[in-house]
Amino acid sequence: MLGYTITQWLFGILSFLAIMFALMVVFSRNPVNSVLYLVMTFFCIAGHYLLLNAQFLAVVHIVVYAGAIMVLFLFVIMLMDLNQDSEPQRTMVTKIIAGVAGGLMLFVLVGSLKGTEQLNLSSYGSSQIGTVKNLGKVLFSEFLFPFEIASVLLLAAMVGAIMIGKKDIK
Amino acid sequence: MIAFVIYKFIVCVIVFGLSLAVAAYSTWWERKLSALLQDRVGPNRAGPFGLLQPLADGGKMFFKEEIIPNVSNRFLFVLGPSLFMLTALMTGSVIPWGKSFTTDSGSTYSFQITDINIGVLYLFGVVSIGVYGIMIGGWASNNKYALLGAIRASSQMISYEVAMGISVIALIITSGGTLSLSEIVEQQDAGVANIVWQPLGFLIFFICALAETNRAPFDLPECESELVGGYHTEYSSMKLGLFLFAEYINMFISSAIMAAFYFGGYNFPWAHEFYQWIGLHDGSVWISIIGFGAFFTKICIFISVFMWVRWTLPRFRYDQLMHLGWKILLPLSLLNLAITVVVEYFRGNIHF
Repeated sequence: MLGYTITQWLFGILSFLAIMFALMVVFSRNPVNSVLYLVMTFFCIAGHYLLLNAQFLAVVHIVVYAGAIMVLFLFVIMLMDLNQDSEPQRTMVTKIIAGVAGGLMLFVLVGSLKGTEQLNLSSYGSSQIGTVKNLGKVLFSEFLFPFEIASVLLLAAMVGAIMIGKKDIK
Repeated sequence: MIAFVIYKFIVCVIVFGLSLAVAAYSTWWERKLSALLQDRVGPNRAGPFGLLQPLADGGKMFFKEEIIPNVSNRFLFVLGPSLFMLTALMTGSVIPWGKSFTTDSGSTYSFQITDINIGVLYLFGVVSIGVYGIMIGGWASNNKYALLGAIRASSQMISYEVAMGISVIALIITSGGTLSLSEIVEQQDAGVANIVWQPLGFLIFFICALAETNRAPFDLPECESELVGGYHTEYSSMKLGLFLFAEYINMFISSAIMAAFYFGGYNFPWAHEFYQWIGLHDGSVWISIIGFGAFFTKICIFISVFMWVRWTLPRFRYDQLMHLGWKILLPLSLLNLAITVVVEYFRGNIHF
């Protein structure tokens, strides 16, 4: 079709949808709608993972982000009952500062994306690396140390959250 | 290619129809069973033994007046029940309903819509999306009772997913580290059913399945004595029907998952001896059909147990629910995981 393969078509459609939903997250006035658009964005990104043959990453992305974290987001937003009327009006200064900060973030992202061209990613070049078995093997042999460090970090965050949540610490 | 598409389409339609039919007759069986437990007669007006009752109920739902509250977000209000129904129906696609069979011309057909090698993860993904249907519906109703029901539903489902996930990890270790549902069922064909190695895991999974499907004694999201109707307070007509119906489909699918994970799916004790005795050889279509019958019997037993629990146990209080989920089931499932790893090491299923 028009000289493109099906993969390229899917990539184009998914990218378009992902960017469109991401913009909707920012522009939608209602926080609940924002959260739902963000969930749609996550689905599109999971589709990209599938195109890269990373099924495990795709499903975990949906289970963890769309299925757990965004549910908690939605939970909090629904409880606080935010809507257009109760939204505080931002001053011009805040808007300019936010714009500059966002622009700087964009620079950092573009810079780091440019940097990926120099990385040599072919060492795990097998197209089956994204399957659960291969990913698990690499994760628990070669990258065991960073993996465990990340889990300790998560544990620390969890303990911290419980400490903040506790009313009186004995 | 065309033959493959047609065959898959037929399997899809059969699974879809089966889910709907079983869900419809589950409502009839629920009423009959509750009548039995309470020494009543139950529905007996429509058809013999009240067998046409589900049709009458469905017809009633269709012809009721459709009310959409003025203040609600119309789109999300409609999206809620649709999403809940969609996710309920999506889970059936990875379940192996019967053994695959080979025709005379040599082509193999399986009783499964798709056998993805991350089937278990797919199930969890779909189940975790299912909660959005309730949350969106409850919020878009713009009703305090509905919102409370939606919030209860989401916190309950997230809490019990944790213990459920860990009990399934133990099951995956027992079945040799595969995430494909057809392989989990196949390896029980060669050995014994997983329930022998995972009794505690099954108990945890069963309790979590009760909570995930919002069935009594965990039906706090819709408990009528506190929240009117819970998240579906504002719904009427077929949108209410979708919510109620999806609950029965969820029950059917979780029964199927329990039968496949822990009770050998379409296998049954001495299946090979039985097939030899009646003179069937591997790949015959009749083996698939008998296997499906065995699977379906197990599913029906589980659905009945679900209902038996509902009409026997009183509802939990909300703090008791959270206490059970986080302080009892989660440590218990971690203990089960530790025991499983030790046992499987000595059985020789884990290699270092």
